[in-house]
Amino acid sequence: MRTLIPVDDNDVLAAIRGFLKSLLETGAVDLLLVPVETQTGAVNPMLVADPDQLDAADPLAPVMGINAARAVSRVTIREPQDRDTRPRIGVVLRPCELRALIELVKLKQASLDDLVTIGLDCAGTYDVPDYAAKTQKRKTPKTKARLWRDLYDKLAADPAASNAALRDACQMCEKPHVEGADITLELFGADLSAGIPVTLPDEMAEKLGLRPAKKKGPRAGFVKKLVAQRKRVRDARFGEMRQRLEEEGIEGVFAACVRCHNCMTVCPICYCKTCLFQSALYDREPMQYANWARSKGASRLLADTMLFHLTRLNHMALSCVGCGMCTSGCPADLPVGLVFRAIGQQVQEAFDYSPGHDTEEPLPLVTFQEDEWMEVGTG
Amino acid sequence: MTDDFEPKIVAFLCNWCTYTGADLAGTSRIQYPPNVRIIRLMCSGAVDSTYVLKPLLDGVDGVLIGGCHPGDCHYQSGNYKARRRVVALKEILKSAGFDEERVWLRWISASEGGRFAETVTEMTEALKKKGPNPMRREWAV
Repeated sequence: MRTLIPVDDNDVLAAIRGFLKSLLETGAVDLLLVPVETQTGAVNPMLVADPDQLDAADPLAPVMGINAARAVSRVTIREPQDRDTRPRIGVVLRPCELRALIELVKLKQASLDDLVTIGLDCAGTYDVPDYAAKTQKRKTPKTKARLWRDLYDKLAADPAASNAALRDACQMCEKPHVEGADITLELFGADLSAGIPVTLPDEMAEKLGLRPAKKKGPRAGFVKKLVAQRKRVRDARFGEMRQRLEEEGIEGVFAACVRCHNCMTVCPICYCKTCLFQSALYDREPMQYANWARSKGASRLLADTMLFHLTRLNHMALSCVGCGMCTSGCPADLPVGLVFRAIGQQVQEAFDYSPGHDTEEPLPLVTFQEDEWMEVGTG
Repeated sequence: MTDDFEPKIVAFLCNWCTYTGADLAGTSRIQYPPNVRIIRLMCSGAVDSTYVLKPLLDGVDGVLIGGCHPGDCHYQSGNYKARRRVVALKEILKSAGFDEERVWLRWISASEGGRFAETVTEMTEALKKKGPNPMRREWAV
């Protein structure tokens, strides 16, 4: 059902908080995973049981410290014997977090069984330090709320406008609109002063006492324009990066890598409890490094930096949803996400695979057809 | 390239087909270039991308993956999955600025000793034409 949540005094955040509260209070969900502002002003996902705690919930805050799909993974893999007692959890996610969650479900690292996914159209996010700097100047909740509203209004006025202050991934995000959530807060293209358009399952709407909205909004048209613009930005950046890769090689683009493995740590798709690059697999006897130095004339230390990136590309590029956490987490300011997306898109196209789209679509590397790529293997 | 360049090939061969085929080439006294270093695995589907990448980045000139013919996998579908992984790997190598033609996947059965010898000969010749892997001198990897 498509309904309209009333907004008083143009306070969208208050209306969303009220809606989330009603979900908890009516028992539509038992718990809510939602970004909450802490006393220090940082915004991070929290699992909320007490509706009163939602007074500090801020799913609109334009900041993304972690991809919350990782948090969902933590709360949904449970023992089968819990089946009768385990809670129903509502998870409030950005579109890129929802896509990452779909991939994690396919990788058997999360389960949708007891989840109610709640998606919000995303106007873009700032890096954590940028967000902190911006909020430091805006102490009151009202002025803080302007941070999101300014982004939203700017986008509403002109979907073709670009914003260089946003995270790199957000500037070229071609899927900022929610697809496939149980509950969708359709913020794009809406007249928010009149109310927030929400689609949700009929039985839940009934439980919450919501009535169907009359007419369809202009969201689809707005999304079309926005996606077209973002694809232009994305393709231009992919083009530039592909040229760089051709000229410099990946070892040139990642020359300044300090091999901290942050990109892997923050990646929602990199789920391995122990990555083989954190294991002793590639540790060598000291003499081995000396031998490499002799045979090549010199040898980079820490060793195996490109091996790390190329292996990670092979392990996760097909599932890369473009959230850009890797770029945000890189201390050397490398365009990790752009490289992975530019390469990932080509591999995804080769397998005709769209990550984060559908849990029924099998992961390309766990499925096969007997009569495909016949030339590979015969030469 | 100078004529005395001898390429190094690392081969990951499946226990049931290609490794046994290589063994047959040996017991049948079939001559083939000594440029190949063989690593036996239980299945071509057990070849992770990192096994191929590590030797390539260290300067090995070519990597050969040998598995059972489609339909013959001892574990039903390991070779089909290997093929998909190789397709992805080659796509990534190409996009990242490497020569993906240094990676070969070939189906060679336990009875095809001759085919194994031919494959190694063919690959050695192709790599000689290409010249040494530039990674052999590239230290910043």
